[in-house]
Amino acid sequence: MTAYILAKFARAAATLLIAVSLVFIFIRFSGDPAAALAPPDAPQEVIDQYAEAMGLDKPLWQQYASYIGGLLQGDFGYSIHTGKPALELFLERLPSTLRLGSTALLIALAVGIPLGSFAALNRGTKVDRFAMAFSVFAFAMPNFLFGLCVILGGALLFQTYFGGTDASVLPAALTLGLAAMGSFARFTRSSLLETINAPFMRAAEARGVPYMRRLVAHAAPNAAIPLVTLIGLSLGALIAGSVVTEQVFGWPGVGQLLVRSVATRDIATVQFIVLAIAFTMVLANLLVDMLYLVIDPRIRTR
Amino acid sequence: MESLKPRARPPRIPWSIRLSFCFIALFVLFALFGEILSPYGFRETSLFDRLLPPGSPGYILGTDARGRDVLVRLAVGAQITLIVAIVGTLIGAVIGSLLGIVAAARRGVIEHVIVAAIDVQASLPIIVVALFVLAMFDNSFTLFLLLVGLTGWEVYARLMRGATLSVQERGYVTAVRALGASPARIYLRHILPNILNVALVQFTVNLPLTVLLETALSFLGLGVQPPLTSLGQIMSEGRDRLLTAWWLTLFPGAIIFLLALSVSLCGDWVRDRLDPTLRSES
Amino acid sequence: MPGEPAVLSIENLSVALPEGGDREFAVRGITLDVKPGETVCLVGESGSGKTVAAQSTIGMLPKALPVVAGRVCFESKSLPPQRSKAFDSLRGIKMAMIFQDAVASLDPVQRIGRQLEEILAVHGVDRRSRKKRVLDSLETARLPDPPRIYRSYPHQLSGGQAQRVVIAGSLLLNPRLLIADEPTTALDVTTQAEILDLLKDLKRERKASVLFITHDFGVVAEIADRIAVMKEGEIVETGSADAVLGAPEHPYTRRLLAAARKRDPAREASPAKRVLEVRNLSLDYKIGRLLSKKHIHAVKGVSLQLEEGRTLAIVGESGSGKSSLARCILRLVDASAGTIRFKGDDITEEKGSKLRALRKRIQFVQQDPYSAINPRQTVLSAIAEGPIIHDATKRDAEARATELLEVTGLSVNAGSRYPHEFSGGQLQRICIARALALEPELLVADEPVSALDVSIQAQILDLFRSLQSKFGFAMVFITHDLRVAQSISDDILVMKDGEVVESGAAAKVFSAPSHPYTKALLAAAPDIALRRRAAA
Repeated sequence: MTAYILAKFARAAATLLIAVSLVFIFIRFSGDPAAALAPPDAPQEVIDQYAEAMGLDKPLWQQYASYIGGLLQGDFGYSIHTGKPALELFLERLPSTLRLGSTALLIALAVGIPLGSFAALNRGTKVDRFAMAFSVFAFAMPNFLFGLCVILGGALLFQTYFGGTDASVLPAALTLGLAAMGSFARFTRSSLLETINAPFMRAAEARGVPYMRRLVAHAAPNAAIPLVTLIGLSLGALIAGSVVTEQVFGWPGVGQLLVRSVATRDIATVQFIVLAIAFTMVLANLLVDMLYLVIDPRIRTR
Repeated sequence: MESLKPRARPPRIPWSIRLSFCFIALFVLFALFGEILSPYGFRETSLFDRLLPPGSPGYILGTDARGRDVLVRLAVGAQITLIVAIVGTLIGAVIGSLLGIVAAARRGVIEHVIVAAIDVQASLPIIVVALFVLAMFDNSFTLFLLLVGLTGWEVYARLMRGATLSVQERGYVTAVRALGASPARIYLRHILPNILNVALVQFTVNLPLTVLLETALSFLGLGVQPPLTSLGQIMSEGRDRLLTAWWLTLFPGAIIFLLALSVSLCGDWVRDRLDPTLRSES
Repeated sequence: MPGEPAVLSIENLSVALPEGGDREFAVRGITLDVKPGETVCLVGESGSGKTVAAQSTIGMLPKALPVVAGRVCFESKSLPPQRSKAFDSLRGIKMAMIFQDAVASLDPVQRIGRQLEEILAVHGVDRRSRKKRVLDSLETARLPDPPRIYRSYPHQLSGGQAQRVVIAGSLLLNPRLLIADEPTTALDVTTQAEILDLLKDLKRERKASVLFITHDFGVVAEIADRIAVMKEGEIVETGSADAVLGAPEHPYTRRLLAAARKRDPAREASPAKRVLEVRNLSLDYKIGRLLSKKHIHAVKGVSLQLEEGRTLAIVGESGSGKSSLARCILRLVDASAGTIRFKGDDITEEKGSKLRALRKRIQFVQQDPYSAINPRQTVLSAIAEGPIIHDATKRDAEARATELLEVTGLSVNAGSRYPHEFSGGQLQRICIARALALEPELLVADEPVSALDVSIQAQILDLFRSLQSKFGFAMVFITHDLRVAQSISDDILVMKDGEVVESGAAAKVFSAPSHPYTKALLAAAPDIALRRRAAA
C-alpha cells in the first residue's frame, strides 16, 4: 500500500514537472518572448529591457532554473494588458467558474447515474433505449449549439436572457453538464450491467440474498469503483467545456478569461491558466487514486 | 469429428444506422459539390441583400449580415470541416497508434517516456493545449490542422499499447515466434492485423470529437480564420444575431450536430460488428 | 433407502435452447431423484446440459432458457419453473450451491465474515449469534485460523481456501440439498482431494444430499453414491456408482470411462542418442515496478536429459515452474543460469538468425488451442507458415501442410477455413500439424490436452503416440495430470516449487514413488479411486 501511494505521488509530480517543462519550452521557442510580452509598437530599448529582465541572454538551463524558481516563489508573470499579476486575474474569475462547474457536475451526477442505473436494471426496455439514445445525443451535441438553443428558448418562452453576469447559473450549468451527464449514464449502465452478471451476484442469489439487498450491498459498491475514475476524468471534459460555455453565456469565469487572453496574446495569463488546469487535473487524478484505497480492498491489502 | 460450427448469420441493419449512413453520404456530397447549388461565390457580398431570411428569392437559405449567400457558405464550411475532420483524425490516429505500438514493442526507457507523455496529455484537455499554442504562434491553417489532429492521440496510444501487449501474449504469437519468425514478420503479419480494429473503432469515436473541437475553436474565433470559413466560424458570425437571424446559427449548428450524431451512431454499430468482445454490453 | 421420499426429484424436465443454438433443447426429458443423504453425480462433457439441470433446481435458469416440459420437485413440492420469490425461502436454508470458481463467487469488496453473516441475516438469524456461527462453520470447513479468514477479503485467499469458505457458507443453515457445480475443477489435485474429503465427511455428519456436477470420472469414483451420465441434454445412463463404474451399459459411458482409465504398459527403454540435456537451469523473474521489485524463482537448478524418440513427462501442480522450464528449453525466455544442450550443442545463448534457425528443430504445442492460431489466418497458411519462414517455396509448404492435415486426422478441405470454425480438439490437431510441418527433432508440449474434454483428450494422446512412432521426434510433455503423464511418458520428472523432487522411468515412479510429494500426488489423484473400484 505504501508503495502504491508513493508510486502515485511520484507519477503526479513527474507529470506536473513535464507539463511545466513543456510550457517553458513552448514559451521560449515561440519566437521572441520579449517582443511578445512587451507592449505593441514598443521601441527596441523597451524590448531589450524585457529580454534582460527575463534573462534571455543567459544559457538555456539557467533560464529554465530561474523559470522553475519563479514559479515556486509564486511569480507567475504579469498580464500585459491590465498590468495585474496573472494570479490575481485568475483568482478574480475563479469563484464564478467554480460555481458553474460544481453546479454542472452535480446536475450531471444527479441525472446521469440514476438514468444509467435504471437503464441497466431494465435492460432492453424502452427506458434503456431512451437512456442510450440520450447518451449519444449528449455526446454529439456541441455545447455552443446547445447553449445557443437554451438562450433562444429562454428568450422565446420566458422573455429573459439566460446569459451575462447576474443571470441564473442553471441554464449555463445544464449546458456545461450535458455531455458529462450522457457519459455518466452510459458508463453507469455498462458498469452496473457487468457487475450484475458477475459470478458473485449469482452466488449471492443462490445463498438466498434478496434482490434489493443484492443490488444495494453487492452490485452498487462494485459498480461504483470504475465510476470514480470516470468522474475524475470528466473533470477535464468539464474544464474544456467551460471554455466554450462561458463564452456562449457571457459568464465571467476563467474560461472566458482564457479565450480573451489567447485572442489578445496575453501570454503570462494564458500560461498561468494552463498551469493551473494541469495542476488541478493532476491533483484530481491523485485524489481518485487515493479514493481507490478507500473503496477497493484489492488495492488496500495488496 | 469433422462437424464444423455453423456460420453466424449477419444481423439486420437498424433504421437509425441506415439514416445515419444516408446523412453522412449527403454531407460528403454537399461538401464536395454544394457550391454548384448557388450562383454566388462564398465571399461575394451584396449590400442590398443583407440578412434575408431563408426562402428569399435567389437565396434558398437566406443571407448573412454582409449579404453573402448562406447556402454556398455552408457548402464551403462543410468542405473545410470535412477536410479538418478527416485529415485531423488521421494525424492523431497514425501518431498515437505508432507511439502505442512502439511503447509495447520496445519496453524499457522508450515505453516510460511514451507513457509519461500520455499521462501529461491526459491531464490537459486538448482544447486548452490548442488555445495555449494558438496564443504563442500565428494562426495558420496548417498549425490549426495539426492541433486539431492531436485530439485523442493519447487515447490511440493507450489503446494500441494495451492491444499490442495483450496480443503479444497470445498463444499464436508465441507459436509463430517458436516457428522462428523474424520480429518484422511477427509484427506486420500477426500482431498488426489483429489490433487494427482497435484503431478503427477508436477512429469512429474520435472523428466526432475532432469535428466538435474544430467547430468549437472556430466558434471561439480562434480556429479557421476569414476569408476561409468553416461551420463553426459561420455560427460564431451569427451568434450576435441569434434572435433576429436565427438561420445563421441554427443551420450550421444542426449540420454539426447531425454529423457528430451520425458518425457516432455508425461508429457504435461498426464496433459491435467488428469485435463482439468490445461490444458495449448490448 | 428405498421408499423414503426423494429430497429432489426432477421429472421429465425439458429446457429449450434459444433459436440458432446447436440443438433444440439444453436438457431434454431428464428424470432424476436425489434421496436423503445421497450423493448423486451428474457427469457429462462440456455442453451436455448438466449445469442447466442444476440451475433449474435452484431457480436460476437464464431467461433465454425456458422450461418447456416437466417439473422439479423439492421435498415433494413442485418448484416454479423460472426465477421466483418462492426460492427466497429455499436458497441458503434448504438448498445451497457451490460453484467452480469460488473466488469469483465472493464479492471482492466485502470481508468474508460480513458476506457469510449476510446469509444468516437475510434468513433472520439473531444478530448476536451470527459471528460465532460463522467462525464455527469456518472451523468445520477446516480452514486454518478462522478469525483471520473472517477478516480477509476474497483476493487474499487461495482457490482452495475460497472454496472452503463457500462450502462453510453453504452449510451455515444446514441445508438438505447441496448443489455442487464442478467445485474442484479449478483446483490442484492435492487441494481437490482435500475438498472432496471435506465434502464426504460433511455429507456423513450432516446427512445432507448432494447433487454433484462434474466432467471427471475420477472425481465421480471418489464421491458418488449414484451416477447419471448426460450427453447432449439427455441422461443416457443412471445407476448406482458400483453398477455404472463396474459395468457401464451405454457405449458413451464406456467411452468416457475408457478414456479416463487409458494407459499403456511401460515401453522398453532402448539406448539412443541424447537429444536434450539441461544442467542446473534456473529462471528468476523480476516483477513489479521501481518501488516494489520482487524476485520470483520460477525454476531452481533443474537438470534433465532426453533421448531420441522418447517422451519425458514433467509433472507438477500450477506454480511448480514446469511451464517456465518449457519456455526456457524453447528459448522463449532466457535462463538466468545453467546450460541447455541440444544434440550436443550449447544453445543457452543462441541469438538472432541462429536462434531462428534452431527453432525449426525444436517445436512447441501449447495448452490453449483456441488462442494458438492467428484468427485471421486460414488453417492451411498457419500450418504452412513454418516451412515458408524457413525458406520453403509456397507450393512445397502447402503440399506439406495438406499432407499433415490428413496425417493428423483432419479433412483436406479444412485447410481453407478459419480457426473459429473448429472445435478445441480439432484446433489442437492443427497446432500439432503446424509444429510437425518443420519436422522437428524435439517437440515440447505444454499441457496440450488439459483444455479438452476427456474423450477428446484420449484421441489427442493417441495422435501424439502415433505421430511419434511415425516421425520419431523426442518429446517433452508438460502436464498436471498424472493419468495423462502415465499414459504417454517413458520417463517422468516431478516438480514442486521450481525444483525437481523425483525423476526416473515412468513405470518405476508410478509403482514405487520415493518422494513424499510424489506419493501425495499419486494418493490425491481421483483416478486412484477409479482404479480401486475397477479392481473390486
